[in-house]
Amino acid sequence: MDQLFKKRNEELKEFSSWLKRHKVKEKKEIPENIFKQCDHCHESIPYFSLIENDYVCPKCGYHMKISARQRIRDLIDEGTWKEYLEKERSQNTENFPGYDEKLKKAQMSTGMNEAVICGVGKINQTRVVLCVMDSRFMMGSMGKVVGEKICKSVELAMRKKLPLIISCTSGGARMQEGIDSLMQMAKISAALKRFSNQGGLYIALLTHPTTGGVSASFAMLGDIIISEPQALIGFAGKRVIQDTIKQELPEGFQTAEFLLQKGFIDMIVQRHDLKNVISDLLKLHGGRL
Amino acid sequence: MSLIDNERKIKELQAKRAQTQDQSEHDELSKEIDALTKETYHNLTAWDRVTLARHPSRPKASDFIEGLFDHFYELHGDRCFGDDQAIIGGIGYFHNMPVTVIAQAKGKTLEENVNRHFGMCNPEGYRKALRLAKQAEKFHRPIITFVDTAGAYPGIEAEERGQAQAIAECLYTFSDLKTPVICIVLSEGGSGGALALSVADRICMLENAIYSVLSPEGFASILWKDDSRVQEAAEVMKLTSYDLYEKGIADYLVKEPTGGMQNDLKLVLDNIDQYLLKELDVLTHTKEKELLEKRYQKFRKIGSMS
Repeated sequence: MDQLFKKRNEELKEFSSWLKRHKVKEKKEIPENIFKQCDHCHESIPYFSLIENDYVCPKCGYHMKISARQRIRDLIDEGTWKEYLEKERSQNTENFPGYDEKLKKAQMSTGMNEAVICGVGKINQTRVVLCVMDSRFMMGSMGKVVGEKICKSVELAMRKKLPLIISCTSGGARMQEGIDSLMQMAKISAALKRFSNQGGLYIALLTHPTTGGVSASFAMLGDIIISEPQALIGFAGKRVIQDTIKQELPEGFQTAEFLLQKGFIDMIVQRHDLKNVISDLLKLHGGRL
Repeated sequence: MSLIDNERKIKELQAKRAQTQDQSEHDELSKEIDALTKETYHNLTAWDRVTLARHPSRPKASDFIEGLFDHFYELHGDRCFGDDQAIIGGIGYFHNMPVTVIAQAKGKTLEENVNRHFGMCNPEGYRKALRLAKQAEKFHRPIITFVDTAGAYPGIEAEERGQAQAIAECLYTFSDLKTPVICIVLSEGGSGGALALSVADRICMLENAIYSVLSPEGFASILWKDDSRVQEAAEVMKLTSYDLYEKGIADYLVKEPTGGMQNDLKLVLDNIDQYLLKELDVLTHTKEKELLEKRYQKFRKIGSMS
């Protein structure tokens, strides 16, 4: 018996050293429900260890995208979350071709009604208004319903005199809704200005990716702007810039680290520390208990 | 045939008519010209409007500044980084009333356009606008903005200097500016780059101007991954002045002569002059609190649930 084990161990050792030697850092077909491949280092990570690690790659530290529900679980004290406007769904009022199908597909695949979830909850006992966007829902694009939910959240924070946190992730305005989606940028910015005039604290949390109309409105208007590591943050798309200037973009362009260096965000915080950092910041602003 | 082809044909016919001595040929040509003109400009498609909005001989912001204001002094720079030529800002008189003018400026020649980035602003352009807006607020001057841009400039430096932040700051600040703001969309209004100067008490559009969430080219390329479907994009985007007026986003449309305002700029200037005169009178006599509340509601109601 001992012999057998020894032999098996040796075989395994040999196999693992072979694996090391032949390591290919390319995308592989991996059963999605057991392993997940890191978008950054392409290492296959067992799901259980990813979950334990807040969806941060244990090998390279890359912060993978997480759902809005997961983000709320990470930030909000258990049993304190109260969601509102959860039933609001976008309507294809302009009869834009293919929009109904896209909405339906997004709703089916995410189990969400729209690309943002809003509610009130506690972060280490401090009550806050929290909006969380989800990039899986049509790239987190902002149409009228997303704009209205966020705007109503700002107004609620104003009325209840609560701090406001918006966790951003978005490709920008929802093109299928045309000019109305662009106008949401102005609408939310105006509401945030009123909130600020009243002395309200707004913390913007930027996560991968935050671009286009969302970056050019509420994402950049936080009293404090926090980002997760390596998040893509910028206004114009990389392809558009490349097509315009006809040259290669520098490495690390439009990452959180780039923005920190250029002076546009306050800090980069690892996902594990996010809750505590936000809770400290809330306390520093006399957050209500 | 495209609108530009037809225009060329009309010009040729007109030249021919000017040369002819024969009265019957003259009449014949006139008839042909009238018919073709009617065919060209009757029932313009959305793409035709895009073509007219970008027409090479369409007047630019500088023509409007010259035509509408007296003693205009251009003021330069954002006091942080530089002076963006894509924005002309300054002060002057509008019928004896001092006003601040902030205009997105396309150039008239290729060289000027290169200098002005075809009216596509860099962050320092938006910050110049912000500086002049705050200055106008301080001295209780109404602000007239002119929008004419395909979008904010997409470049490495623009991103490094915070294009997103600069636009966001415009939306934020203009929403609460304690002085009247009137926005005139001259030709092209594309994306956040145009919106930055559109948070105003009144939005007035020229008949052949367009305003959209992004350019039809960008729209076709992003949504359908197919640049060639740009005309189709223009049709579904609802970007004409009539669409915007119907939606209640544009408050007033300025009629243009057949073929575009280049054919009779004075008519358009007079119309805008009258509009500004009337609206400035209303806005300058509105109490500050009411002015700000109405501006807030103007945007608040877009996509409102209740």
